[in-house]
Amino acid sequence: MIGTLLKRDLGLLLPGGRGGAGVLPLLFFLAVAMLYPFAVGPDAQLLARTGGGVIWVAALLAAILPLEKLVTGDLETGVFDQLHLRGISEELSMTVRLLAHWLAFAPLLLLATLPAAALLGLSGETTRTVLLGLLAGTPGLAAVGLTVAALTASLRGGAALAGLMVIPLAVPILIFGAGALARPDPGALLLTGAISLGLCAVAPFAAGAALKAARES
Amino acid sequence: MQARLVAKDIACRRGERLLFRGLSLACEAGDAVHVTGANGIGKSSLIRILAGLLRPFAGAVEREGEMGLVDERLALDVNLPLGEALAFWERLDGGANPARAMNAMQLDTLVEVPVRYLSTGQKKRAALARLLNRDCPIWLLDEPLNGLDGEAQKAFEKLVASHCDDGGIAIVASHQPIALPSPQIVHLAEYLA
Repeated sequence: MIGTLLKRDLGLLLPGGRGGAGVLPLLFFLAVAMLYPFAVGPDAQLLARTGGGVIWVAALLAAILPLEKLVTGDLETGVFDQLHLRGISEELSMTVRLLAHWLAFAPLLLLATLPAAALLGLSGETTRTVLLGLLAGTPGLAAVGLTVAALTASLRGGAALAGLMVIPLAVPILIFGAGALARPDPGALLLTGAISLGLCAVAPFAAGAALKAARES
Repeated sequence: MQARLVAKDIACRRGERLLFRGLSLACEAGDAVHVTGANGIGKSSLIRILAGLLRPFAGAVEREGEMGLVDERLALDVNLPLGEALAFWERLDGGANPARAMNAMQLDTLVEVPVRYLSTGQKKRAALARLLNRDCPIWLLDEPLNGLDGEAQKAFEKLVASHCDDGGIAIVASHQPIALPSPQIVHLAEYLA
């Protein structure tokens, strides 16, 4: 049953899928990495020093793009109602969707980080820290995104609101994830992972509660 | 297990408005219920309360047996061919006999057609096919005749009759007349708050 749900969710969300944002977030992410050197000039030292942070900001903003279609469509067409009647709780369907959402954007984002790091002239060491940070931080970003998408799914103009709501909630991940670039010890990365895990544990329940509330309204 | 659905003294509130109250309903295996009333009187809300999708403002609903719901929301992926969109639900439901449902609803020729190209009536037939596949004893149907042509309506009425013969329960909310096997009629207007 979980396999069936996951397969459908991935079919919807993966780039080239039927309902997701496609490759748009990735292109957006790469576009930021490409534009930044144009904006600040070709000073290699400056780029290498600030590039890691730029990649983080770009990743955070790119994570907002798929939110619009993450929950809204299935809520409107009654998919969650039909699942509920089959004894599949909102929490379970949101857990599966969280996994599918992460799988649909994070691995490709990590891959796209390599060309982005090259564009910004990051050193191998910095690139590695950014990749590890994103690996630790993207589950948290996905969890925040899913929760906010579920909360705003039944609102008119919810998509724009979702983008605004994700940013403050994602700040802790950004602080520790990007903060790992400034310090040599792995503490910040571990904290990023811890925040991510905490958010992933809460998200299915928060998003599930949001779906139930949307049904009653 | 015998299917059973009992609603006791339920009231429904939407926003600040009390739609109906004091409604009781007892369905045993083989019963058919026709819920009638004007638009906006709360037929859909009643169906959703019976399905457990909406909390009643007062009262309680007891159910024994799996429920299947057909309402105005299709819950099929519009970009997929009909066959594949239905296949997702068949996998969840353990699909008893998908071909039979497709045949009963005359959808055989539409399997390859993306759901978004289907007409209103064809979409309704697809939702009914999913209900048939589910093979559950309690049917909750919200305006099932909308968009169906005369022939499909007759086919549908026959399906409901055989479902009730087999010990199933069918609760149909419809403002249209519909031939059900010796139905209990619930005039929602009598329960206005």
